[in-house]
Amino acid sequence: METVVNSVLLTLLAIVTIAIIRQRSLFGVVILAGIYSFLMASVLIVMDAVDVAMTEASVGAGVSTIVLLATLFLTNSRENPQPRNVVLPLFVSGSVGAALIYGTFELPPFGEAQTPVHLHTAPYYLQQSIPDTGVANVVTSVLADYRGYDTLGETTVIFTAGIGVMLLLWGRRRRKDNDEGPTSS
Amino acid sequence: MKLDLILRVGVKLILPFILLFAFYVHFHGDYGPGGGFQAGVISAAMVILYGLIFGVDAAKRVVPNGFVQRLIPLGVLIYVSTGIFGMLGGHRYLDYGVFSHHHPAHGHEYGIMLVESGVIITVFSTMTAIFYAFAERGRS
Repeated sequence: METVVNSVLLTLLAIVTIAIIRQRSLFGVVILAGIYSFLMASVLIVMDAVDVAMTEASVGAGVSTIVLLATLFLTNSRENPQPRNVVLPLFVSGSVGAALIYGTFELPPFGEAQTPVHLHTAPYYLQQSIPDTGVANVVTSVLADYRGYDTLGETTVIFTAGIGVMLLLWGRRRRKDNDEGPTSS
Repeated sequence: MKLDLILRVGVKLILPFILLFAFYVHFHGDYGPGGGFQAGVISAAMVILYGLIFGVDAAKRVVPNGFVQRLIPLGVLIYVSTGIFGMLGGHRYLDYGVFSHHHPAHGHEYGIMLVESGVIITVFSTMTAIFYAFAERGRS
């Protein structure tokens, strides 16, 4: 059953990717990217990574689609067709893809319990999460407690991103306002 | 936009439930999927949806821009001061055992809730501020 669901989702992902490449209208590309994120969230649910799936659905399919649409509103909504040489990009993407596929040959099978990542600190977290923190969801206890430093770093990254966007987008507008005088809203 | 009656009424009906779901995701993060980050994004999505349907000015009356800008560093400050509070209590930085000396596990639970509150505040305000920034830019 899981194989069927996985193959349907991955086929749809491939179709959406090809559609994104073929699409010239950027509005269509943004909507397709949202669909891609939602399919990816479904794949993550099949892999039992519910927390990541939730993030992907809300950030990837929700907020970033809105931000991309807002960007389209500021720019052109059609891609300019540029005749260009496809040999080098095709070679680069083909060889990178081949290298990645070659890398997966050495990976352990999905869900295999006897792999280094599952034998190092993971058993400690799984066993000690309730006695140490009283939190049943191990993802939360690892994120906010055992790996609190990393989450602090992530929060700082979001903070920096927000400040950066505000500086980039509001700075220019304020200067424009000053040129026009204080009457413009 | 003014004529989209179904959208406007439908969105008004949905909004409180989106916020409720965001708080559910936040406070239930100890037991179910989700946490501060996802809850922040969902609650920001509520403001963004409101802004999309009723206009950015209406959204700014509900969640003012200056308020959002002050919330962005507030979340990081809550997170950092939770860690510093632990240091003042003689523990290591971000060791939440300091919140309950008799029962360290409870202290960790409080600490996790505190830092997650910092995360939800920063994520919510950043997402909303980015939306406002784009919307403002489009109008000028």
